[in-house]
Parts: sequence; structure tokens; C-alpha cells
Amino acid sequence: MADESGENGRKTGLLDTLKEKSQELGETVKVKAREQAEELKKPQETQLYRAIFRIKHNDEPRNRALSTLNNLFFHIHPAKVNRDATRYSYTWGMGGITFYLFIVLVFTGVLLMFYYHPTKVQAFRDILYLENDVPFGRLLRNMHRWAAHLMVMAVWLHMFRVYMSGSYKRPREFNWCIGVLLMVLTLLLSFTGYLLPDDQLGFWAVTVGTNMARATPLLGSQGPFGPQLGMTSYNDVRFGLLGGSIVDANALLRAYIWHCIAIPLIASVFMGVHFWRVRKDGGISGPSPVMLESEAKV
Amino acid sequence: MWGDWHQLWVIISAPDNIPIVAMLVLVPFFTWYAFHNALANDRLIAQLEADPQLARTHHRTTYPYNSRWERELHTNPFLMRKELLAAVIVTIILMIWALTLNAPLEEPANASVTMNPAKAPWYFLGLQEMLEYFDPWIAGVIIPTLIIVGLMAIPFIDANPLGNGYYTYKQRRHAVWTYLIGFEAIWLVLVSIGTFIRGPGFMWYWPTQTWDPDRIEFNVNQNLDQVFHVDGTWLAHLLPSSWQSSAPLIAKGLFGIIPMVVYGVLAALFIHWICMRTEYSRKIYRKMSLLQTVTLYVFLITMLFLPVTIFLRLVFRIKYIWETPWFSI
Repeated sequence: MADESGENGRKTGLLDTLKEKSQELGETVKVKAREQAEELKKPQETQLYRAIFRIKHNDEPRNRALSTLNNLFFHIHPAKVNRDATRYSYTWGMGGITFYLFIVLVFTGVLLMFYYHPTKVQAFRDILYLENDVPFGRLLRNMHRWAAHLMVMAVWLHMFRVYMSGSYKRPREFNWCIGVLLMVLTLLLSFTGYLLPDDQLGFWAVTVGTNMARATPLLGSQGPFGPQLGMTSYNDVRFGLLGGSIVDANALLRAYIWHCIAIPLIASVFMGVHFWRVRKDGGISGPSPVMLESEAKV
Repeated sequence: MWGDWHQLWVIISAPDNIPIVAMLVLVPFFTWYAFHNALANDRLIAQLEADPQLARTHHRTTYPYNSRWERELHTNPFLMRKELLAAVIVTIILMIWALTLNAPLEEPANASVTMNPAKAPWYFLGLQEMLEYFDPWIAGVIIPTLIIVGLMAIPFIDANPLGNGYYTYKQRRHAVWTYLIGFEAIWLVLVSIGTFIRGPGFMWYWPTQTWDPDRIEFNVNQNLDQVFHVDGTWLAHLLPSSWQSSAPLIAKGLFGIIPMVVYGVLAALFIHWICMRTEYSRKIYRKMSLLQTVTLYVFLITMLFLPVTIFLRLVFRIKYIWETPWFSI
């Protein structure tokens, strides 16, 4: 609608008004956008950044410390560490690598679970499917397999390092024990996974392995004092592990559940304790100053 | 057949054997590295012990030191960037490994076709190798339990306060040797034997010897009592007539105790001799409680028993040292 009685008798058409207004609007938007684009150059000033990270990212000692302490994932670390404790030459990085490999294994393992059925009919076919049809399926399976082997290696080397640097000594005795249990759990995790492809390799490895369980004293059908306690192939500890007297469908299901749910859960709890105790026992053990024989309180 | 390098290559290049092949490189490397650090510390310790004045002022590590440097660094970024770097390197290694080598997949599981050799995964081959020398309940149950309990007992029986949080050899000779023997000389050697030496039928094949699934091995092993011709005839004269028939069993059982006791005493004396060699170690071992001492001796005697048994079996073809109706060792 045109305003016919403009102040100076000037007639303003609808089109002109629109043009004027839009120019005005464009100018304002341009200024605002430029201002806000300028602000984006400092993303840490944005509300979004502050909402997520809560602290500024800069060189101030306080903020450096808070960046560790205020973060759920980083707060297993202290804000500051002994300057020599960051050296690979002392820790070999093996504990951290073990944990990283565990994360890799959980990640690849969950992806593998999407394609895997723990049944005698499907298990082996699922592996063939993974290897030949699923995009990157072979890579996924390879990564899971080799990460598991690497984790066993890393655990042993971590243990070797902790031993050689005397890090199990007071006050870290208990954490060493937790570590031993974690090593056993790592081996069990790997071993239970061995059966899952349902091929000859896993089948016979698990057959050999669980046959030993038959010989458990008291609880095995062929172990010392087992038969006297009424142990047979149908009620002994091996039967409990396999869910049957032979390695078959139930054994596959049990291995699957131990491998994917039970042992990872148990291991996670122990890992939590392990990391927590590292902090509570005074952080990483060294490299501490050398002690002389004359100073030892013996 | 000897000189079969292809056979050796087949064993070494089996994808599932790569970890133990890698360990044969990694463990010596890290052993060297630990000793490299330990000997550097030992030199520093010797220097400080010779110079008490220096010992009072020295920063006491072999790492670079400057009194103006801060003692502690911020975790972010000084530790985290190293962790990130380690994660990246591990990821690269893992990716290359996963792209170049395929995880093994055999025929579908078939209970009527036995795999020959039927082997456990590499990290359990030490235990499977133990099955060759001991009854299943010892190799499969008792020994693993002892290993786990023994490892967990280490911090409580190692009464030496020195070497806490730094590498050293001179201050912890006994501890270092115990681990080197237990982990490398026994555990890893057994794993390697299980991986590289054991072929079809879990029989002994030297490297480059061709695996032969039809090979027959004559059982030439005999018990120690057979070596000494203990058959109970002598004992039968002493026993009442109703016990006559079990005389051979009783004689064998009683005879077996002798070498076990002899071994136990000799091993204990050997350990005692080692423990009492220096003034400092004498002090430590005197300070230990009775429980600590007994535990230490029991575990060390048991650990050293493994190589002794393996040696007797492989070199002298001794099957069991002590045979009873209930268990055999």
C-alpha cells in the first residue's frame, strides 16, 4: 500500500519502501554478521564453548590445571606430574598403551557384534560374511584380533617395567595385585574370543584348554578326589564352563557372553580400581631419587 | 628331514605366531633397556656412596637437572601429548598389521577331525608345554594358581626397601634375577618351545625339521624308580602277607619321596646360600618374618623345580620323579 500523502508531497511507492527497508536491514545484518564473525575468531568467548569446556583455553597455570581437573576423561590424571615421569624411558608407555588397546578392542568389538550371531548355524558364516561382504569387515576383524595380541604383549611388558623399576613396593603392593588380576583377565578375554569364529583353530584350542579343567582337584571329574565327590562329565567344573560335556552351541554362547559382557565388565571395574589406586598411592612411582644402602631402614 | 627352512618359515610366519616372534625381539630389547637404565643408576649410586657430601646435595636421578626448572610439569600438554603420540603410533602399527596380515580362519569347527597339532593360543602355550611334563591337574590348575598367587605375593615377600621407583640392578640383584628366570628363562622359553618346537602330536621337532604327521615316537621315558629298579621285592619281605600285593606301589611311593626331599633340601640350601652372600642381604633376610621367609622359599623352590623337571625329561628321559596312585610328579 502506498502512502499518498508523504511529507513533501513525495510519493513513495511500495517497491521503494521495501527497497529502503531491505537496504537498512541488509546494512544492520552486515554489521552484526561482521561483528559476530569477528567474535568467531575467538571461539573460546562463545557461549557454546563455555558451556562445554567451562574454562578458557590459554597458558594461565590455573586454566592449564583446570583443563585436566575439569574434564571427566582427563581427570584420572593429576593436574601436574613429576617432570621426569613423562619420559618414555621410565614408563615405556606400556600401561597407557594397554588401556588404549582396550578401548580399541571395545570399539572394534562392538562393531563386530553388529554382524555376529553366537549360534552354531551362523557364527562361522558371519565371519565369512564379515571377511568377504561387509565393507571393511576384514580390516575390522584383523584389527580386533591383532589388538588383542598386542594387548597381551603390552600387559606383559607393562608388568616387566613395573617389576624392574621396583614400583610394586610400598605403598603400591595392593595395586600390583590388582594388576596381576587384570593380566589374568586380559588372557581370559583373549582366550574366550578365540572360540567365537567357531573354526577348527578355536574349537581345538578351547577343547585342549577346557580338558585341563576336567583335572581340577575336587571339582573335576578326572581330578584328584573329584570322582569321590561325585564329579562326572555332566556336573563338574568343565561342564559349568562349557554348558555341556562337549564344546558345542552352549559353549559358544557362554564364551560369547563371557567375552562380550562379563569379563569386560569385571575388567573395567578392576581397571577403575587400578587407575584410582595409582593416584591414591601417590601417583606414578618415579623416577624417584635413588636411595643409598646406608639410608635404607633395615 | 633336516634343513627344511620352508617349514621354519611356515611356523614363524603363521599370523597367530607373530606376537611371540615379536616378543622374542621386544623382550630382549626391553631387558637391555631396563638394564641400560639400571646400570646408569648403579653408577650414580656408587658415585654418591663414595662421596657423602655430593649425596647430600645431588638431585639423585640420571636425568638432566637444573635447579631453576620446575619440579613438576602440567599434565596438559606435557604428559597428554606423549600419550596422544603413543596412541597414534600404536594405531599406525595396528593399522599396518591389520592391513597386511589376515586373522586366521580355519575350516568350520568339526569335532570328528582333530587338528594336528592342536595348540592353545601362543600366550597359553607355556601351560600346554607344562602338560608334557606334569599331570593335567598340576599343569592346568596348580601351576597357574601358583603363578598368580606367587606374582601377587611378590610385594609382600620382597622386604628390600631399596630400588623403589627407579631401575637398579645392584640394589635388587635377587629380585631382578628371580623375574628374569621366571618370566624369560622359564615362561617365555616354554612359550617358544610350544610355538616353534612342538609339531604334530605335540612332538619335539628341532627348527628346520619337517613336521611329519605320521611320525611315531617310541615311549622311552621311564620313571625314576624304574631307573633304580625299585619294584618292591625287597619291601615285600618286610610287609605282612596281606600287604604283599601292594608292595611295589608302596615301594615306589616311598622311594619317590627321597629325590623330592633331596631336591627340596638342595634347592633350599642353594637359595639360602644366595640370600646370605652379602652383608646387606643378610640384614634384609633376617628382618623378614617367618611367614615371609617360608613363602619365599616355597615359591622359589617350586619355581626352580620346573626347569629341573624339564631338564630331567628332555635329557635323561625321566617321566615321573615320584609316582603314587593319586598323583605323579
